[in-house]
This record gives sequence, structure tokens and C-alpha cells, in this order.
Amino acid sequence: MNFTDVGIVLDARAHGETHAVVDVFTQSHGRWAGLVYGGQGKRMRPLLQAGNEVTLEWKGRGEDSLGHFSLEMSHARAGEAMGERLSLAALSAACAVALATLPEREAHARAYTAMAVLLANLDDIEVWPALMARWELGLLAELGFGLTLDRCAATGARENLVYVSPRSACAVSAEAGEPYKDKLLPLPAFLRGASSEASPKEAIDALATTGHFIETRILHLSDKQLPEARMRIVELLKGRL
Amino acid sequence: MPAATIGPELQRLIDLLAKMPGLGPRSAKRAALYLLKKRDPVMRPLAYALDEAANKVKACSVCGNWDSVDPCAVCADSDRDQTVLCVVQDVADLWALERAGAHKGRYHVLGGLLSPLDGIGPDDLNLGSLIARGKEGGISEIVLALAATVDGQTTAHYLTDHLESSGVKVTRLSQGVPVGGELDYLDEGTLAAAMKSRRPY
Repeated sequence: MNFTDVGIVLDARAHGETHAVVDVFTQSHGRWAGLVYGGQGKRMRPLLQAGNEVTLEWKGRGEDSLGHFSLEMSHARAGEAMGERLSLAALSAACAVALATLPEREAHARAYTAMAVLLANLDDIEVWPALMARWELGLLAELGFGLTLDRCAATGARENLVYVSPRSACAVSAEAGEPYKDKLLPLPAFLRGASSEASPKEAIDALATTGHFIETRILHLSDKQLPEARMRIVELLKGRL
Repeated sequence: MPAATIGPELQRLIDLLAKMPGLGPRSAKRAALYLLKKRDPVMRPLAYALDEAANKVKACSVCGNWDSVDPCAVCADSDRDQTVLCVVQDVADLWALERAGAHKGRYHVLGGLLSPLDGIGPDDLNLGSLIARGKEGGISEIVLALAATVDGQTTAHYLTDHLESSGVKVTRLSQGVPVGGELDYLDEGTLAAAMKSRRPY
């Protein structure tokens, strides 16, 4: 069996002394792991940095075998992000979230496309924090844990929705949520599509909300926590305010 | 060859040699046979050297370099520039810089890199003592000579954040076209980094 696809390198770990097992988020086949011969060598190491976009061919004896990849670089996202601490932290956070949440060998083309857009915009600090929150929101929906953000869980109102209930994952209006506001999560307008722009504070709020649901709805199922790189990005963004 | 034809002592030697980087079971057998043939000129001195190194070589309490004296020979060398500190991932990187003669100051060996994906955090590395060295005074520049990888640069940014308050100038190695490198043969990541860090002639 074999296929060709495009993908984003999520992680590469050593296999023996010269090879590497690489996790790639592919567009049409989802997260897929495979052996890269000579993956620890001088020629392959730059290619196998997390965040790089690649074209790939996977070959295996059967569908269940580990198989091996032949990879070629299409966009050196890691090299582009390395000079800027926030860009690099965002790249690491996105890869860590994708690695921790995506099931293996299950296609999520929309999540892939959104992640590629996120990585392509990592040089613009005004844009990527909101993009990351939108990507995570879409990722939750793709994985079956979508948030209901179009009406209030308590009153059914469709206006003035400013909170999300951490239990029901539904929006809550300002009036209905007032008595419980300390326990509710923030819902910035851009996250529900009511505004196209997000302030830095709103983007941080949105990341707090999506981070909570990624951790409690997906990662807690396998006894995992939000990746450290993902937690760090919120701290770094808060430091910029 | 069936395992029973090899005595337990020799088998143990082969098994241990096979754990060395670059040696598999077959090459471990070759090495073991070679050692047995050269008992006096190689095998016994090697055993003595291994024993001595295991007992005497320790990590320097100042910089983390391996040496049989503490502080290590590099830290104790008064001819070195005491005001410039070069941070490296491993002792092998320190040796590489010494081989090139590119740095005349002192070093700090981290013992690895931060890797959130592999669960390697600040507590697993020799970071606290570096930050303390930065704050204790007498150092004017810290050079972060870390790998141009995602983990290497994440570590560099982390250190920059924590060394900011010490007032020490923090620099990092340049990234770009290697000496003797032709653009056509360079990977895209290196070219992108080289374009970003271009400078006026």
C-alpha cells in the first residue's frame, strides 16, 4: 500500500542510531506515523523540524504496518519562525496540540487546512493568536466536541452572548451569566463569528476557553493535560499586554 | 552461532559493547575478539582507563563540563576571558567550539534542550545555575550557541527571557550559509534563516 499527500511535521523521535519515526498531520489521511530512513542524519534533520510543511509518499506492506515516508520540504515553517520567540512558541504549541489531540489515521482535512493557514501567519502577531483560537475551536468540532455558541443555554437568547459554560460547552448571555460569571469562561465576539477582529485580550480569552475544552473534553479522556508548550503561549501573550 | 558456544564472561562483554553508540551485536563481537587478541596492549589498559574514568571524571560544579578536577580545566584557566560565557547543549558542542578555537571565554553546559513534546522541562537541565551565574555579576555577555532546531531555539528564547533581568547582553550564533556551501544545495530552512539574518556589506 502507498499514498502521496501533503502534511505538517508534528514530531520526530529517534529510532535506533540513524533513523527516525515521524508523526505527520497529513491533509487526506490525518495524523500518520512512519519511519524515515536516515532521519537523524544531517540531510534530513532540517526537514524533520516540527511545523515544516512537506510533500510525502508513504509506503507500507499493509495498512497496519508502520511503513516509511519519503519527504520533501514545501514550506520551511520552522526556519521562518525560529527568529521570533512568540512565533516559535506558537508553532510548538500548535504542533503539540495537534499531536496530543488528533487520533491516528483519521482524516481531518478542515483542521489541516486551518492549521496550515495558522502556520503561514505566524509572522503576524496581530493575527495568529485569534487564528489559533479559531483553529482550536474547529479542531474541537472536528473531533466531536463542538461548542454551541449561537444561543444562550439558559434563556435561548441569541444576543449579548459573552460567556461559555464550562460544563455544557454552550454560550451564556451576559444577563443569565451575571450571577455565575466567576465560574464561566469568556466568549469573545470573534470566536462566535460576530466580529472579524480580535483584540489581544480577546484572543487570550479565547485561547483560555478553547484550552479548557481541549483539556477537559479530549485530553482528560487519556489522562493527559494541556501540553506545556500550549500553556506557555498564553503566559507569553499575557506578558505582552 | 548458538549462544551456548560463547562463555558467560565473553557474552557479557559482547552485550555491553553492543550498547555502545555505533556498535551492533556483530561489530561488538568483532571488538570483543580484537580485545581478547590484544590483551596486554589494548584490553587491560582499556579496562584500567574505563575504571579510572568512571571513578574520577565528574561534571564540573560550575559549568557542567566533564573533567577529573572540579572546577574543570576550562573554568580554572585564568587566561580565558572571564566576562564572556558560551552556553552549549552538550560537552560535545564545547569540544567542537574548542576545536575551532572560536571562543576564548568560559562555557556553560546545559546537558540537553527543553523539549515540551518529550517532557523535558527546565528542572531537567542545568538552567538554574546558568541564570544564577548571569545574576552574580562579572559577566558582560552570554552567547547562546544552541542548535538551530525548534527545541534549540525554544531553549534559547527561554534563557533570554530569564536572563533579561540580569542586565547581561545575550547573543546567539548567526544562522545562514555555511562556509563552502552552495545555495543550490542548501535546505529551505537554512535559506529562509539566511535571508532573514542578512546584513549590509
